[in-house]
Amino acid sequence: MAYLPQIIFGIVLVFGIGFFAKNVKRLSRNIKLGKDVDVSDNTQQRWKNMIRIALGQSKMVVRPIAGFLHIIVYIGFVIINIEVLEIILDGLLGTHRIGLKFLNESLYGFLIGSFEVLAVLVLVSVIVFWIRRNIIKLKRFLSNEMSGWPKSDGNIILYFEVVLMCLFLLMNATDTAFQSLGSGNLISQYVAPLFSNLPESTLVLIERSAWWLHIVGILIFLNYLYYSKHLHILLAFPNTYYGNLKPKGQFKNLEAVTNEVKLMMDPSADPFAAADEDAADPEKFGASDVTDLSWVQLLNAYTCTECGRCTSECPANQTGKKLSPRKIMMDTRDRLEEVGKNIDANKGAFVDDGKQLLGDYITKEELWACTSCNACVEACPVSIDPLSIIMDMRQYLVMEQSAAPADLNNMMGNIENNGAPWPFNQMDRLNWAKEE
Amino acid sequence: MSNELRVPTMAELFAAGQEPEVLFWVGCAGSFDDRAKKITKAFVKILNKANVSFAVLGTEESCTGDPAKRAGNEFLFQMQAVTNIEVLNAYGVKKVVTACPHCFNTIKNEYPGLGGNYEVVHHTQFLKQLLQDGRISMEGGHFKGKRITFHDPCYLGRANGVYEAPRELIRKLDAELVEMKNCRKKGLCCGAGGAQMFKEPEKGNKDVNIERTEQALDVQPEIIAAGCPFCNTMMTDGVKNKEREGDVAVMDIAEMIATAEDL
Repeated sequence: MAYLPQIIFGIVLVFGIGFFAKNVKRLSRNIKLGKDVDVSDNTQQRWKNMIRIALGQSKMVVRPIAGFLHIIVYIGFVIINIEVLEIILDGLLGTHRIGLKFLNESLYGFLIGSFEVLAVLVLVSVIVFWIRRNIIKLKRFLSNEMSGWPKSDGNIILYFEVVLMCLFLLMNATDTAFQSLGSGNLISQYVAPLFSNLPESTLVLIERSAWWLHIVGILIFLNYLYYSKHLHILLAFPNTYYGNLKPKGQFKNLEAVTNEVKLMMDPSADPFAAADEDAADPEKFGASDVTDLSWVQLLNAYTCTECGRCTSECPANQTGKKLSPRKIMMDTRDRLEEVGKNIDANKGAFVDDGKQLLGDYITKEELWACTSCNACVEACPVSIDPLSIIMDMRQYLVMEQSAAPADLNNMMGNIENNGAPWPFNQMDRLNWAKEE
Repeated sequence: MSNELRVPTMAELFAAGQEPEVLFWVGCAGSFDDRAKKITKAFVKILNKANVSFAVLGTEESCTGDPAKRAGNEFLFQMQAVTNIEVLNAYGVKKVVTACPHCFNTIKNEYPGLGGNYEVVHHTQFLKQLLQDGRISMEGGHFKGKRITFHDPCYLGRANGVYEAPRELIRKLDAELVEMKNCRKKGLCCGAGGAQMFKEPEKGNKDVNIERTEQALDVQPEIIAAGCPFCNTMMTDGVKNKEREGDVAVMDIAEMIATAEDL
């Protein structure tokens, strides 16, 4: 019976991590539904970007208050998780504070003391975050797309953090052996007196409960990620690695179109040649659904943490248009999830559900409001590119559906006929040189 | 002073067996839009004054395809691009300067993949170089002490990271450069990009150019400096909308230099 807690711990751990592994598999399968794209170039620059932007949080501090608080929570999260290592070892081996066996008291105390200080800083930051979302009601957390689940999701994450940090401090405060060490209880020594009247057995019970709830809470949080915007804590790293390295103004040239254009311009091409029987069906131009996007764009969608910096910088959104770059990313993720579930429900094959990203999620009105100014791309702290999705969908509208706004059709007609977006004769292009 | 512009074409130079130092890509706005033509002429006046050997394509130039590409018509874009590249390559063009950030971005970034490899500079970069090389001298007298704010064109700034060349030129005019709330990387679009220039805006509560003009007017400038013919149009419209055309001018940096030089 003495081994019972260890066995239970082992089972909980295996379930928690096993479930998470299953979600990771699903995540990776969904992302791979995107088209292949070659991002094997410039590995050195990519590593640098990942270290600078994801690890170093360089773009978070563009907004100093949110950036600073975020860095505290981020560092707290990373460092306090070292404590989880001890919890797991203790749980599996049936030991108590195994760290003391490896480290001398003062070093152990220093570590736990730092964790305690960080835990308080995280608590403060998280409370400020909650106030920003729920009391100050910052505009970027209140857009249309932020009602319902996204709003709850944002708060649930904050509650999780509060509970986990409190459990950590409670666990230390009620651990009499740890308190009597006299080092490392930097914060918990002020919590401990609250429990000083309780009998030893009750203290042990509270300490054990806090310990168990802490580790179970972490495992639940780990598995919550897949369903939450909080996935960014993992995906920010690959996403910044695979982020665009070219100038932001450079939009990709569609290869399928290049082939067609070359054929058209080739004077030696036989206009009456029979179509090649083996030739594959011509590629669909642009994107109308998530499977037309690249896997990097789909990774972008899962990485988005709905902070809304993109939307708050968007000139169209600022002037009251429907376009919100954040919604573009959220819609892409929602649709991708829907497609993924469809595949799961139909034994691994997608069955047409009569829906698509274009129209059912993202409207034409949103797409045509974009000025392609790259403000959203610049604003994203984790290198997401909403503009590329907007452009791919415009390509589908124009090249597959001829559904451009009439004004744009006029403009394109002018370019085709006289080489300028306005109806001026190309032969008049140099007239300015002679005019007064 | 002679008002006669010297605007050689590539065809003329080619026939004479000459090769210019740089091709001036005028662009559609610079060729046809009445406001933008003034920018074109101002830039040519500076080129003439500095004795820069340049040429234009003239009637052989055609739209780069930028608005078609941003509107989603990749096909039309590539048709335009391939045709233009054929002309440019036939003349052996190596360096291109343009006063339009959209042409600049497209030729610089999107033409290489289709066989057009040139050194492409924006006219503010080119002018800065002329200044550094001592080929033009700028007398700031006309603009001395004037409050000037610079509106970053998206396709010059964020899209290609060029923020300083235009600002250096403004400082060289002895003007007082004041920055808007949103500038450089955080510059707010004028509302014309992504083919918006050629369509009515979507429903909203304000036009983008009005929002941007308000930001500009907030810093009380005497001149709003621009580096893009489309931004110029949008900001000019914005200033008119606010009925401030009497005391706030919208000028391209080339026009400011030409004015300072009394050209």
